[in-house]
Amino acid sequence: MNEISEVSASGIAAAADTALPARREVTIDSHAMNFGPQHPAAHGVLRLVLEMDGEIVERADPHVGLLHRGTEKLIESRTYTQNTPYFDRLDYVSPMCMEHAFVLATEKLLSIEAPVRAKWIRTMFDEITRILNHLLNITSFAMDVGALTPPLWGYEEREKLMEFYEAASGARLHANYYRHGGVSRDLPAGLNERIWAWSERFPAFIDDLWNLLTENRIWKQRTVDIGVMSAELALAWGFTGPNLRASGVPWDLRRAQPYAMYDQVEFDVPVSRNGDCYDRYLVRMTEMRESVKIIRQCIEKMQPGPVKIEDRKFTPPPRAEMKRSMEALIHHFKLFTEGFHVPAGATYTAVESPKGEFGVYLVSDGTNKPYRCKIRCTGFSHLQALEVMTRGHMLADAVAVIGSIDLVFGEVDR
Amino acid sequence: MHDFFFNTLVGHVLLVMGETLAVLVPVLMLMAYSTYFERKALGAFQLRRGPNRVGPFGLTQPFADAVKLLFKETIIPAGANRLLFLMAPAITFVLACMAWAVIPTFDGGAVADINVGILYLFAISSLGVYGIVVAGWASNSKYAFLGALRSAAQMISYEVSIGFVLVCVILCAGSLNLNDIVRAQKNLWYCVPLFPMFVVFLVSMLAETNRAPFDLPEGESEIVAGFFVEYSSMAFGLFFLGEYTNMLLMSALASILFLGGWQAPFGLSFIPGVVWLLLKICMFMFFYFWVRATFPRYRYDQLMRLGWKVFLPLSLGWVVVTAGFLEVFHMLPGESM
Repeated sequence: MNEISEVSASGIAAAADTALPARREVTIDSHAMNFGPQHPAAHGVLRLVLEMDGEIVERADPHVGLLHRGTEKLIESRTYTQNTPYFDRLDYVSPMCMEHAFVLATEKLLSIEAPVRAKWIRTMFDEITRILNHLLNITSFAMDVGALTPPLWGYEEREKLMEFYEAASGARLHANYYRHGGVSRDLPAGLNERIWAWSERFPAFIDDLWNLLTENRIWKQRTVDIGVMSAELALAWGFTGPNLRASGVPWDLRRAQPYAMYDQVEFDVPVSRNGDCYDRYLVRMTEMRESVKIIRQCIEKMQPGPVKIEDRKFTPPPRAEMKRSMEALIHHFKLFTEGFHVPAGATYTAVESPKGEFGVYLVSDGTNKPYRCKIRCTGFSHLQALEVMTRGHMLADAVAVIGSIDLVFGEVDR
Repeated sequence: MHDFFFNTLVGHVLLVMGETLAVLVPVLMLMAYSTYFERKALGAFQLRRGPNRVGPFGLTQPFADAVKLLFKETIIPAGANRLLFLMAPAITFVLACMAWAVIPTFDGGAVADINVGILYLFAISSLGVYGIVVAGWASNSKYAFLGALRSAAQMISYEVSIGFVLVCVILCAGSLNLNDIVRAQKNLWYCVPLFPMFVVFLVSMLAETNRAPFDLPEGESEIVAGFFVEYSSMAFGLFFLGEYTNMLLMSALASILFLGGWQAPFGLSFIPGVVWLLLKICMFMFFYFWVRATFPRYRYDQLMRLGWKVFLPLSLGWVVVTAGFLEVFHMLPGESM
């Protein structure tokens, strides 16, 4: 396992001179350890080749691609409508935010804009998604550090949120709810009241979680000053989202270049200073509180109205209309077979997904399918800095760092 | 009858075997149900139910688990040292059971009521580390190896502070016999005068049995399962049995040293001592589970720092304080007041 070699020539020479017993010098080389892809802390399929010196990590070499499904290539052979579900499956912990980026990019190329109500719904579900994501990340981070209880508490709350997903879209996880020009259907009656009721109870849950972890000595010992990224380093390695804000860079796309209704709601962007695991945790916890605020504002400000644009070239007509109108039937048929043609052009559209800047670089050649769709995923740039963050730390710290940077491999590997 | 059991060889052997069974069977049953207790307690902490499908309230779950483990295939890794690989879990389990020989369950009641009971316990629990080191080495896996190294370091460093805690208790009781130690607590349980040592012992016993938040040897999110990562079937089962039997043992030891063992509190001596001991053991087991549900895991170096830089000086200092106090106030056991 460890290569042990003796460096004894000088030792023996010295022994001959001083008649002391020969000193035996042993050097232990670092050894490689294969961390994952099947490892409880690998968050899916991370394969990490660690060079260890005992418990100290000397080099961490992340291997990606074990969950590669060729999403970007698959997108090129499908119509725009058929492509939205692929985005659910990128970062499967925050599906609707992924959809949002693609839908916004398509809308930009089409030069259309969703109706106001649809934008409110999107804003609200983006924030529900943010809480879904942060709940999973914070609690599984806690589990990586050894706290067993937070994940189960978190799952309980996630379950409630996924019920809202289900009520709106019919699916708990892979929603496929956002469409170019709006959302697939209006919210069911009573959903807003349920979400409101939930938003009144949820802060108490955050408090519970906060009390369990934030001032816990062991938790702080395990996370403070671990995996520190300075603001310069974080920017240089392409950090975005909570990870960047934990390093002290106040950059949030919701604030910097508002999309949907983010310019109509009031919220704070939590920023921390130290850029260690603990700060990343704090930023996410605080973001959840802000998300609740945004959700409540969305419910308050949301007015009845259309949730899709009325242009039948882009959004399908209601089924009742198809029974009466030949034109509507043709539109429906065309939209679900050929899809719509998008004017030639290119756009880079990004949203603030729970993990950071999630961008779609969409190139259209004027046909009904994207010519190219490059996905700028967040986790990939965070993962590449793993080496910087873990070098010189212990094995257990490497696990904490992996937990704190919020990796989901559906997105990293695409 | 008395003659047969005490004066003939056959009778004596039968008597000892009977006594042994009378201790081991309840201990193993207790062990089986402490897994059930743990899962129920953790379930309650984590807002879920715990086992509730096998039998009424899931009460036969431990047996279902045992049967499952027995019928699984024992997989021995190709690179492993077969003999040592299979010996390691046996060492762990046998040692965990052997220690129970000196635990008094009622006044004068122990399989071996020997005058150096505490030393015997200490020796046995020190040997326990061999099972783990051998398992880690024989598995020929890096994760297991790291786990074994961590475990060896951890158990040795916390045994040192446990040793000094024991010295404090022995100083007060004036005997190495566990029954005498319990009898000495007739009026005042040692958890009151030796409170700091009680706390040190509580924390050290978590570390000694490799339980959360000191479960680094198995640290599931770091080194997967640590020293028993390669084990399956009943070989794994024996480690599991050993771990829980050790937890029970440390709980029993904590009750004997600090909570007056079989002594009844508040003059409730009409309830037999064995019931009190069981209750105290259950209390400590609950403490184990409570801690497990609450705290994250320590890091290896932090654990070492806590052991050597906090607990060792503290317990060593307290030995001096206790000895000085007893000497100055002429309260040494056996000394006339």
